[in-house]
Amino acid sequence: MSKKFKVAIKRQDDPNGASRWERFEIENEKGMNITTALQRIAASPVTIDGKQSTPVAYDACCLEEVCGACSMLVNGSVRQACTALANTLLENKPDEITLEPMSKFPVVRDLVVDRSKMFNSLSRVHAWVPVDGYSDRGAGPRISQHQQEDSYPLTTCMTCGCCVESCPQFHPESDFIGPAAISQAVLFNEHPIGSFEADKRLEILTGNGGIADCGNAQNCVKVCPKNIPLTRSIAKAGRSATVFAIKQFFEK
Amino acid sequence: MAKQNVVVVGGGLAGLAATMRLAEAGVHVDLISMVPVKRSHSVCAQGGINSVNAATRELGDSEHLHFDDTVYGGDFLQNQPPVKEMCDWGPRIIDLMDRLGVAFNRTSEGNRDQRRFGGTLFKRTAFAGATTGQQLLYALDEQCRRWEGDGLVDKFEYWEFLGPILDESGVCKGIVAQDMFQMTIRAFPADAVVMAHGGCGLVFGRSTMSMICTGGAAGRCFKAGARYANGEFIQVHPTAIPGTDKLRLMSESARGEGGRVWVPRKPQDTRDPLSIPASERYYFLEERYPEYGNLVPRDIATREIFDICVNHKLSVEEGQLCVYLDLTELNAATHKKLDGILEIYEKFQAVDPRVTPMKIFPAVHYTMGGLWVDYEKDAKTEGLVYGSPRNQQSDIPGMYIIGEADYQYHGGNRLGANSLLSCIFTGMFVAPCVENYMKSLQAGAADQPASLYDAEVGKHQQQFDDLIRNAGDENPYTIHAELGDTMTRNVTVVRYNKNIDESLAKIDELADRYKRISLSDKGNWTNQNLSFSRALGDMLELAKVIAMGARNRDECRGAHYKPDFDIPAPSADDASTLRKQAEAWCDRFAEKNSKFLKTTVAVYKPEGPELSYEDVETSTIPTRPRTYGLKGAEIIEEVWRARIASGTDKKPAAAKV
Ligand SMILES: Cc1cc2nc3c(=O)[nH]c(=O)nc-3n(C[C@H](O)[C@H](O)[C@H](O)COP(=O)(O)OP(=O)(O)OC[C@H]3O[C@@H](n4cnc5c(N)ncnc54)[C@H](O)[C@@H]3O)c2cc1C
Ligand code: SF4
Ligand code: SF4
Ligand code: FES
Repeated sequence: MSKKFKVAIKRQDDPNGASRWERFEIENEKGMNITTALQRIAASPVTIDGKQSTPVAYDACCLEEVCGACSMLVNGSVRQACTALANTLLENKPDEITLEPMSKFPVVRDLVVDRSKMFNSLSRVHAWVPVDGYSDRGAGPRISQHQQEDSYPLTTCMTCGCCVESCPQFHPESDFIGPAAISQAVLFNEHPIGSFEADKRLEILTGNGGIADCGNAQNCVKVCPKNIPLTRSIAKAGRSATVFAIKQFFEK
Repeated sequence: MAKQNVVVVGGGLAGLAATMRLAEAGVHVDLISMVPVKRSHSVCAQGGINSVNAATRELGDSEHLHFDDTVYGGDFLQNQPPVKEMCDWGPRIIDLMDRLGVAFNRTSEGNRDQRRFGGTLFKRTAFAGATTGQQLLYALDEQCRRWEGDGLVDKFEYWEFLGPILDESGVCKGIVAQDMFQMTIRAFPADAVVMAHGGCGLVFGRSTMSMICTGGAAGRCFKAGARYANGEFIQVHPTAIPGTDKLRLMSESARGEGGRVWVPRKPQDTRDPLSIPASERYYFLEERYPEYGNLVPRDIATREIFDICVNHKLSVEEGQLCVYLDLTELNAATHKKLDGILEIYEKFQAVDPRVTPMKIFPAVHYTMGGLWVDYEKDAKTEGLVYGSPRNQQSDIPGMYIIGEADYQYHGGNRLGANSLLSCIFTGMFVAPCVENYMKSLQAGAADQPASLYDAEVGKHQQQFDDLIRNAGDENPYTIHAELGDTMTRNVTVVRYNKNIDESLAKIDELADRYKRISLSDKGNWTNQNLSFSRALGDMLELAKVIAMGARNRDECRGAHYKPDFDIPAPSADDASTLRKQAEAWCDRFAEKNSKFLKTTVAVYKPEGPELSYEDVETSTIPTRPRTYGLKGAEIIEEVWRARIASGTDKKPAAAKV
């Protein structure tokens, strides 16, 4: 374990500002992760050349990879900063660790980006079970163990944005709802009650920015920290979208 | 009166449940949260949520037994009507979450599966893999998104609550909050405010809690006049993994599914743990607590780990509180159920817990205490009056407190998987109470003069400017580290008055130094340095409340353990001496209850918090000694039962003479 290591951070003061790189030297600690490194910088924001700087703005909350807040580019790959362990990173690239904000979302400041587009996509695909109300109406539908095992992985999507960051079809100008929202549409279409609104979701999936925009590059599934079978969801969505489109055609 | 508006601060389980119920009733909600609500701390909950269910009922379980386990586990410090109400609602709440699509684990017939958690002998805990909190939170988040589309909910994410707005008669008429990106400060007028800001683990530096669990919001309500209750009751979870920024929880479900806690009988045995034969392993929880085994309540498990490591020097790692949690004997199907938490261990420790016993440590985990809230008892059901405006209302009229932020449900110690229940329950239950409160209002927020709101915004703007400009030589992060250190060392598992005094002095010193902090970021855009430093002021205030509460409570109750005031267990071998000792034990127990079976209530004073004590409503289930694993438990229970029967249990020993 090296005593100290270097971190290069791509910084930007506000959404319209230019970006710049700043380098810091960090005292290594046993089991240190990138969020800790950012905390240490906040406590003493002095760059490697002794310049007094400001704490680096970053997004984080749970610090255990379940909230999805801390996604960023670590050594150029998108991932959660809280599970990025310094020593593991240094093994592969001992000179320095680089941190950059995700590139597909507007930068707010430094490593903080605005992911509201992803949450809006969840609204667009009606990602919810349309229950009548919240008063007591007994248990929900029976669900087989098999179906629970199928849907459980999809329910763990934390809207972290890694998948869309890696997706060539998703960028600030595109309408594409992205793999995470497609997967949520599939989750609710397969739920016994969620399926009552399947047509509304399929309308979105077959419309502008829907499933047709996916070029099937399969990058998304490789970077998902929760190992969500995104390409399986996309394939399922594609099949039901086709059936839906044909049905629409004949009903016209 | 204009259309009514409620502000809900916090979008964890409690805040979202309240939001969705209010929206369903047609009430508009402004939902304020420091993080996108989907990223709230509730996502961290792993193990599950408790309620009586069909399978436990067959074995004789009932809502009443769940209620009993909860107050017994909490060492009788809770007012019983709210707890009773919560346990009665349990089954309905799980059913609702099921209808909302939560991917609960299933039995082969497609029913919900349950596991066992600490402090009960029944399998009451429903779960969704090892990410139950995440699944529950998402279900509620989805419903709120639906209401957002209908225009009944407006979300303000990345907005920080700065304080309530009170009219001239002290009634809450809204809040002031700050946009954490643009740093603009504005008022949110409201006819009622619901606070659901969660716990305050950061007072202890590192804990199992998330970065937002600072206690900032609690401190601000406290300073505005809401009293804070039972601050000294802090749960230290027995099993966590240490980290440089956070102590990561290893859920109780690991033990619920059969994980076993042990240490090598030989101190700091350096052999590979799997090569240590069973005869040289000390399964201390199983040996000391044959009935509950590895699933004793958390405070007890934590104290036993402390005893093993400190008094018996058997820690796996010298100088630490480290024991093995062994899951290697479990089969693949069970490992699969625990995948979520096993992955966390693997990710941070780079060791596979399926084949190597985990090294685990105790960590600060939950705040049983919180802002004081009222309730109205229903004499018939012994629960609460449905829709009473008093339920969950704080000392500030019109301000309600729910979730981990309130103090009401867990007494001296929270049982595992009861918190998700209390969060959703209070969220659901508070909605009609708030509605009825608003019906009784003569004037709404819309009728208030603009000057009321402008003045409050101006005050907070001034405080913001002052903090930015403060010129001093103190670093907020250093003060926070020192605060965490003294609190963790002296005000957690085992407490001695001498050490607490030391911490109190330290807190005073830190509060003094806090006045001289200087921010390294003086900018006016996404200034996280500012937000943290402001919360640090609140943490210092809460630290005082917690430490003073602990200092004054000279007894052992739930998570609050002071060896100097423990009542020694009966130990005699001959029956008649044993009986006498048990009688004496019960005398001391009655005496301690007459003095300390009280809620600690702190009120803010500029010169430091002032504490007073309030009686606890225990009329449904009479107080009885918590005797898990205590030597002489049977005889104590026998003596105590006789006293309850004869009505002499409430009288302290002195009164009998
Ligand atoms: C690791 C871990 C595992 C757990 N596992 C279980 C379990 O298995 N079963 C169980 O029953 N319990 C469990 N618990 C406890 C349980 O998760 C929490 O008690 C519960 O989630 C708290 O929910 P809440 O709604 O009160 O608040 P939180 O989920 O903490 O949410 C607080 C909300 O308030 C907002 N907020 C805070 N301050 C401000 C401010 N100043 N301005 C604006 N917004 C603010 C935050 O943004 C957030 O939205 C666990 C706890 C931990 C730490
Ligand atoms: S498979 Fe589709 S969604 Fe996934 S990365 Fe490729 S284009 Fe994007
Ligand atoms: S699908 Fe995976 S990568 Fe994409 S947002 Fe969800 S958790 Fe993140
Ligand atoms: S901080 Fe929650 S995922 Fe990293």
